[in-house]
Amino acid sequence: MAHTPEPDPASGNLGDERPKWDNKAQYLLSCIGFAVGLGNIWRFPYLCQTYGGGAFLVPYVIALIFEGIPLFHVELAIGQRLRKGSIGVWTAISPYLSGLGLGCVTLSFLVSLYYNTILAWVLWYFLNSFQHPLPWSSCPPDLNRTGFVEECQGSSAVSYFWYRQTLNITADISDSGSIQWRLLVCLAACWAIVYMCVIRGIETTGKAIYFTASFPYLVLTVFLIRALTLPGATKGLIYLFTPNMQILQNPRVWLDAATQIFFSLSLAFGGHIAFASYNLPRNDCRKDAVVIALVNSMTSLYASIAVFSILGFKATNSYEYCLDRNILSLINEFDFPEQSISRDDYPAVLMHLTTTQPGRVARLPLKACHLEDFLDKSASGPGLAFILFTEAVLHMPGAPGWAVLFFGMLFTLGLSSMFGNMEAVITPLLDKGVLPRWVPKEALTGLVCLACFLSAICFTLQSGNYWLEIFDNFAAPLNLLIFAFLEVVGVVYVYGMKRFCDDIAWMTGRRPGPYWRLTWRVVSPLLLLTIFVAYVTLLAWKPLSYRAWNPQYELFPSRQEKLYPGWVRAACVLLSLLPVLWVPMAALAQLLTRRKRTWRDRHVRPNTDAR
Amino acid sequence: MLWLLFFLVTAIHAELCQPGAENAFKVRLSIRTALGDKAYAWDTNEEYLFKAMVAFSMRKVPNREATEISHVLLCNVTQRVSFWFVVTDPSKNHTLPAVEVQSAIRMNRNRINNAFSLNDQTLEFLKIPSTLAPPTDPSVPIWIIIFGVIFCIVIVAITLLILSGIRQRRRKNKEPPEVDDTEDKCENMITVENGIPCDPLDMKGGHINEAFMTEDERLTPL
Repeated sequence: MAHTPEPDPASGNLGDERPKWDNKAQYLLSCIGFAVGLGNIWRFPYLCQTYGGGAFLVPYVIALIFEGIPLFHVELAIGQRLRKGSIGVWTAISPYLSGLGLGCVTLSFLVSLYYNTILAWVLWYFLNSFQHPLPWSSCPPDLNRTGFVEECQGSSAVSYFWYRQTLNITADISDSGSIQWRLLVCLAACWAIVYMCVIRGIETTGKAIYFTASFPYLVLTVFLIRALTLPGATKGLIYLFTPNMQILQNPRVWLDAATQIFFSLSLAFGGHIAFASYNLPRNDCRKDAVVIALVNSMTSLYASIAVFSILGFKATNSYEYCLDRNILSLINEFDFPEQSISRDDYPAVLMHLTTTQPGRVARLPLKACHLEDFLDKSASGPGLAFILFTEAVLHMPGAPGWAVLFFGMLFTLGLSSMFGNMEAVITPLLDKGVLPRWVPKEALTGLVCLACFLSAICFTLQSGNYWLEIFDNFAAPLNLLIFAFLEVVGVVYVYGMKRFCDDIAWMTGRRPGPYWRLTWRVVSPLLLLTIFVAYVTLLAWKPLSYRAWNPQYELFPSRQEKLYPGWVRAACVLLSLLPVLWVPMAALAQLLTRRKRTWRDRHVRPNTDAR
Repeated sequence: MLWLLFFLVTAIHAELCQPGAENAFKVRLSIRTALGDKAYAWDTNEEYLFKAMVAFSMRKVPNREATEISHVLLCNVTQRVSFWFVVTDPSKNHTLPAVEVQSAIRMNRNRINNAFSLNDQTLEFLKIPSTLAPPTDPSVPIWIIIFGVIFCIVIVAITLLILSGIRQRRRKNKEPPEVDDTEDKCENMITVENGIPCDPLDMKGGHINEAFMTEDERLTPL
């Protein structure tokens, strides 16, 4: 350990030492809060449902063991060892890799822009949940009050509230529309809340995380208990968890499992590096990595049980409503006494009537009602939270209370992830010293939050949702995969496996075993490369299109599939490339500086001896 | 003779009120859905009340104040409970135009509903659209109130945090400099002349100059 830098901040802040976590719990909760985010609620259950229920857990666990935990351990270890944010860490490992740190900071900045916009939507729904009846329970009446608004009538009250009264979405991405002041105001409040929590770095987030990391678990438990007592919940659980092992032959399943583990742990953002840099130098980061990764996966599973129960309840509800509507049509047409046909008698009665009076039956608007059809209706992302769940909550007794709890949970989940994103941006900037020493930390965090808020205003435009999907689908995934690959390769091959193992032995007391060394050296880089190639292939294969909400569409309320216009495609490419470009640019800059220095040394002092 | 007249009158009445007849409206009641266990049975007395309510509504229309209960005809009562009705004029030969009946019912829909303890969904007049209740918008939407509360709390918290940060920094600056800080300052302020550092004279406060005061003279001798 001759040349390893001392754990004390030899470079950087002279007067004040590096901030520290108050206790280990704060650090663990911060990492868990950063890893556990909205994706655990609305991405993992969807994947489970689409890819054969319980069978999805197989590729998921394999990806966790061979990709998630090793990468996570690397991030925590280098952050804790080098005690800097991502820019400092990668510059210390190799000046040619400093672009990696810059890229991570840029990426975290871009992600926090749209992530907080999602939180603004959640906040809007949260604020609207404090009334009875809930505003998305019924359509508003139209102008002469003889019926409901046409757009609402054609789709549903919840869809109308989401697309029209919240987003006020346009039918095309080129049509930007105007800024929605309601969303703008919610966005300002969200950024104010984020600023309040990160104002003094981990000193303040460490206190806030106690609440924001534990509240979601409390609410999930309450929801789980409530959901399991609702009718139809067990049907939902059984149907959705029943494993369908055939699906494992589809390579898409493995790709999605690997990608999900990767994004779920929030790797390659630089946030975990930042959190770990505030640790004590001798801390068992290996145990931390395993614990946090396992907690993250357990949370995903726990959330799926709650989500599936509620979706089962909702499907049962819709199924019974479908049946009741058919029964009512029959009763009204044939003037049977009220409530004379029960749900169980319905098939027999229908058959009898179809044989005796087929003409009249054919004219009735009877829909085919199958429970499986309703159970198969799945959604991921905002669609799950803002459409499916809001509708499910409507049917639960005491709906406003449940809505408040649900959106409160989503908000705190997203907020704890935002802390990680913001620390990934602020810590490297602080370490680099972009502002002079006399400027207080509060001012730096305030400037960063203000810059993010102003940049995110574009998402409050009417076409903002379309742009958010672009950011979510293009800005993040490709860059993260490249950065993670470079991280592993940079640490193992540039920093050196031996040096790294020595550092870990110094920090944790034990050298990493063969499992760790093998995954770091071979398995994880290969896996990442494979995922990256598969991702790019899929992207290139499918034409870039989006689904627009267009009330004038013939198949409304289905969303209309439209292709992205040329300038939007250029913007997609730019977003995907921008963070990554830092890597070659910084390497090139470093190369040029070195060349210039050696040239200068060689030519300026031609006659003196070497110092 | 009288019997013939009676049959004739009933026949004409029967023709005036028929399912799908001109100016006839179908009514559908869902009593059990609305009231559950407290549902009443639909009998001729309820029909009488219905006729009375329709007549009452028609009497509110100008020029139709003379409408009597006997002018309202019901027919085709089913078990669903649904039936058709028409309103005839005083001569009982033709029915009143549908438009008039429709507007009269719409104006008094609430009273009719309340007479039967039903609402717009459970007492349906097919072909007469009900006026939807206006949206009950409070003057200030609820979400703005809660937003205001949350935002104010956040702004106050931010201000307090910033102020406490400023106070902390001021306190740290006012404290007598600690040892390592002094060393820092020393290193920064050492002036170098010809490679030899000079000690600034007024740096350390309270310097005893031994030249003027010897040790034993510090204390005044008794």
